[in-house]
Amino acid sequence: MKRQKTLETSANNDNLFDLLSEEIVFTILDFIDTNPLDRKSFSLVCKSFYITESKHRKNLTPLRQEHLPRILNRYPHVNHLDLSLCPRINDNSLNVISNTCKDSLNSIDLSKSRFFSYNGLMSLALNCKNLVSIDLSNATELRDSAAAAVAEAKNLERLWLGRCKLITDMGIGCIAVGCKKLRLISLKWCISVSDLGVGLIAVKCKEIRSLDLSYLPITNKCLPSILKLQHLEDIVLEGCFGIDDDSLAALKHGCQSMKALDISSCQHISHVGLSSLISGAGSLQQLTLAYACPVTLALANSLNRLSMLQSVKLDGCAVTSAGLTAIGNWCISLSELSLSKCLGVTDEGLSSLVTKNKDLKKLDITCCRKITGVSIAYITNSCTNLTSLRMESCTLVPSEAFVLIGQRCQFLEELDLTDNEIDDEGLKSISRCSNLSSLKLGICLNISDEGLSHVGMKCTKLTELDLYRSAGISDMGIIAISRGCPGLEMINMSYCVDITDRSLLSLSKCSRLNTFESRGCPHITSLGLAAIAVGCRQLIKLDIKKCHNIGDAAMLPLAHFSQNLRQITVSYSSVTDLGLLALASISCLQSMTVLHLKGLTPSGLAAAVLACGGLTKVKLHLYFKSLLPQPLFEHLEARGCVFEWRDKEFQVCP
Amino acid sequence: MEPNDRLSLDAWANPSSSCNGLPRKMSLENPSFTNFNLQQQEQKWDDTSILNYGIRIEPPFLEFNQASESEYLLSSTCNNQPKVLDQEDGLNNEALQTSKSLDWDPRTMLNNLSFLEQKIHHLQDLVHLIVGRKGQALGGHDQLVTQQQQLITADLTSIIVQLISTAGSLLPSVKHKLSTGPPNGQLGEFLFPPLAGMNCVPQPQHGSGSKAVQPLQHGSGSKAVQPQCVTGSKVSDQCNQMDVTGSFGTEQNLSIEEHEMKEEEDADEGENLPPGSYDILQLEKEEILAPHTHFCTICGKGFKRDANLRMHMRGHGDEYKTPAALAKPNKESSLEPVIIKRYSCPFAGCKRNKDHKKFQPLKTILCVKNHYKRTHCDKSYICSRCNTKKFSVMADLKTHEKHCGKDKWLCSCGTTFSRKDKLFGHIALFQGHTPAIPLEETKGPSLSCDKMDGNEASNKSGNINFSFGSNAGGGAQNIIEVKEDADDPASYFSPLSFDTCNFGGFHEFPRPTFDDSESSFSFLEAP
Repeated sequence: MKRQKTLETSANNDNLFDLLSEEIVFTILDFIDTNPLDRKSFSLVCKSFYITESKHRKNLTPLRQEHLPRILNRYPHVNHLDLSLCPRINDNSLNVISNTCKDSLNSIDLSKSRFFSYNGLMSLALNCKNLVSIDLSNATELRDSAAAAVAEAKNLERLWLGRCKLITDMGIGCIAVGCKKLRLISLKWCISVSDLGVGLIAVKCKEIRSLDLSYLPITNKCLPSILKLQHLEDIVLEGCFGIDDDSLAALKHGCQSMKALDISSCQHISHVGLSSLISGAGSLQQLTLAYACPVTLALANSLNRLSMLQSVKLDGCAVTSAGLTAIGNWCISLSELSLSKCLGVTDEGLSSLVTKNKDLKKLDITCCRKITGVSIAYITNSCTNLTSLRMESCTLVPSEAFVLIGQRCQFLEELDLTDNEIDDEGLKSISRCSNLSSLKLGICLNISDEGLSHVGMKCTKLTELDLYRSAGISDMGIIAISRGCPGLEMINMSYCVDITDRSLLSLSKCSRLNTFESRGCPHITSLGLAAIAVGCRQLIKLDIKKCHNIGDAAMLPLAHFSQNLRQITVSYSSVTDLGLLALASISCLQSMTVLHLKGLTPSGLAAAVLACGGLTKVKLHLYFKSLLPQPLFEHLEARGCVFEWRDKEFQVCP
Repeated sequence: MEPNDRLSLDAWANPSSSCNGLPRKMSLENPSFTNFNLQQQEQKWDDTSILNYGIRIEPPFLEFNQASESEYLLSSTCNNQPKVLDQEDGLNNEALQTSKSLDWDPRTMLNNLSFLEQKIHHLQDLVHLIVGRKGQALGGHDQLVTQQQQLITADLTSIIVQLISTAGSLLPSVKHKLSTGPPNGQLGEFLFPPLAGMNCVPQPQHGSGSKAVQPLQHGSGSKAVQPQCVTGSKVSDQCNQMDVTGSFGTEQNLSIEEHEMKEEEDADEGENLPPGSYDILQLEKEEILAPHTHFCTICGKGFKRDANLRMHMRGHGDEYKTPAALAKPNKESSLEPVIIKRYSCPFAGCKRNKDHKKFQPLKTILCVKNHYKRTHCDKSYICSRCNTKKFSVMADLKTHEKHCGKDKWLCSCGTTFSRKDKLFGHIALFQGHTPAIPLEETKGPSLSCDKMDGNEASNKSGNINFSFGSNAGGGAQNIIEVKEDADDPASYFSPLSFDTCNFGGFHEFPRPTFDDSESSFSFLEAP
């Protein structure tokens, strides 16, 4: 932003920008994509900048459908329209979109929108000939007629229909016949779709690369035709209970293009069926078997010769040491392994596994509660290239083991140590991982400001820090972090009771902060939050539940500066009608949790929710339901807002 | 089966009290012989199953049945079995009687005669009464008078029939002794007692002056003309049948026809007889369009199938009940070299006409009839539901009506399917075809599916009944294989299952064929 301004001032008289070709300005604009406010500033400089920015913009994420006609006129070259922040999109809006964008539009996301029907989709499909991607997830009210409308989009390549529960084989059949170029289709939770619809997709859409059939009532019948697809790379069969070993036997005829297979929660698949993968899907790279058959020696042996395999996910499976050892003896070296919530992971199995897989980049051993420091020693010894290690709740791992992680795995970018015994020594060691961007230290009761200061000093790339209930942390640690990690985007310091406004004042320097959670911090006040509001303009999510000392004084600057705020939780705080009404002026605000506010009156609440036009979700105490007129709620629901009622007793905070 | 068992069965088959009333009434109307109790129980059993049929029948078909005379006749011809059982119960009882005691029993004869005497007395009283009334009220009661006349005619008919059968029982009873059946009497024996040299004989003066087709079919050129000696018989047939068995017959008839219609084109498919290896017969148009081709020499009643006629003939006396009389006429000549007969369509230029270059013969008379009607006649039967589909063969209409509106799986090309998988197979096969979605999408297709299944189930049981009955008409060879198997629950379904017997042949028909309407039902074909 500053750079633009300097350029602009220097060109003030001679208008040097006229000398630059549009392409060059576009290239410059490409670099200021991170913060939406920067682009806004740019476009407000002068008319020519305004026009340039309008021409440059390709992606649009509008918040309200009312503004669609105007913004679509302003941005004629938009090709991706993300409407996931518009809860209400009716057929009218879709007509406007299709008539304005016409052939320039090639992607539209309607995944969180409601209130449109097949009429709108039909107009979209008929007018926007170049549409290649439609996301209709969660359109639970759409029926086959809507699917038939989608089928008119002949050039469609990607289609998401997750949770479209009313669309049946007939609708899918229309899509299969109409959209011949489909490369990706997701039918997750489309529970009315059966073998027939899926089979027809496989017969008609030969270009399919990616197929998500999770939780469909499909059986062995449709699988042979699916596996004949020449280009199929990624297939998800999660929770398809009708699929069994016999189905996978169809793989024996070969599906060499297949790269990723997910058969999580398929209870009827055993190592017998999986053994057909070896002959059939030799180029498989990614295999997900979460919550499926037990990982035994037989299973490990059946997958022995998959030479291209890179990633295996066995989350939630029962695991034997012999099985893990056998996986270790596979001829290949995995780069990604997930054993989270696996029962039966022991030091013996895990250590023999990791010794062989020296190239492991990502390892997830969340909730492997039996492993000790021995495993960590083996892991750190052999897998020195780890970039991601998730080991939440490995409670038997002693504090010394975490020192090893810092010493040996210096390429770590993501580290989840939630609920572990790590202490300041460990943190000091971990601070050597200079690439660390995400660090989770929730419920680590042994850490203090000292350890965190080391992290703050060395891990300059940190963007995400979770200190939930790490009660040893106070202002010193937070200040160190905010000084050392200017790129911090997310911080959670809920229930770190010693935190005061000093922390917040220093955090307000982290201008990229978008998620700020400080539940149950009684010492922070409106002053601190006001500083955050002023400093962190990109704030999207704010949770100040049970911060008793935060009141309306913080809401006013918040309403003024945090124009990007989408989600706020102000329960048990001192916010009153005034503060809430102020918040209502934030046009982006979508979700509001307002429980147990002493100073809140029914009329104040009503005024706030009415004024806040973009609301999609409001959590309220049941108490208000009877005090406010029913038509009010009906009106708001028609605007796309959902009310959630809570009937919890007021909790007195300690 | 023990009497107690039988009673419980009756209760099972006859759950509603309203059903109970009718059989009893009927048996009172037609008082039987001395062993009345047994007969009544039997009759009750039969009637209840028939009543079940009546309940199941669909109203549109009933209406239709009443509207069309020819159809009614057809239906009555098809159900010769029940007819034997209830309308001519005198005969039936007689038949049972004779078979129960294989030897001719003079005491039975005496019983019969005394019963007849009693009945004549009753009639006499009735006529006396009428005469007395006529004196009181002169004219004005035309309706009453006709009713009375009908009553008397019916009684007279019944008496005559019983008299004839009583007399007729004399001759075959001798034969019974010779043929030495098992002493406990199998059903085949008493239902179809040996019938000496009975041959189906056409009756030219009856119907629309049609020449009989039968001689062509059987190869026997005999054209015996026999005057209608028992005129009352037919009347009684009709008045008895109209109310009770008429409805039953409709359903039975319906299912027969439904399967028949498929036969024609399939029948000679794959058959590759070299030209000249068979006799070509060609019927005239009038013959083809005649409603009946087989006529009873005694009462003149017309039938579509000779087997039905044979079944009917049993009612005319024991001489028609011999295995020989009941056997297929063809079978008798099977020892001689059989000349294959094929049929030609009289329509010049038709592929089925013998003068056509690529002549393809028709296999049976039935094929000829259906072919001629379908190809060369007006399609005069219009579906009352959709008002678009027209048919020239009644059975085709009925089949269509059964499914009309049920074909909810629609393709963009306009083709409808009754099953979703068939539609998807069709779409997978053709380029550019796509499922057609109705504008107003109806909710809950699964519900209607369930309903449909229920209907199918009931149809199935109906078909089972029918299969037996029609087979009896078609071949009779299966019926003769009878064994006692009272425990078989399948017998409960059959209207023909007598209390002591079950038909063993029943199980020989594979059930799935009844589910699949496309499978051929060659065994139903007229020989």
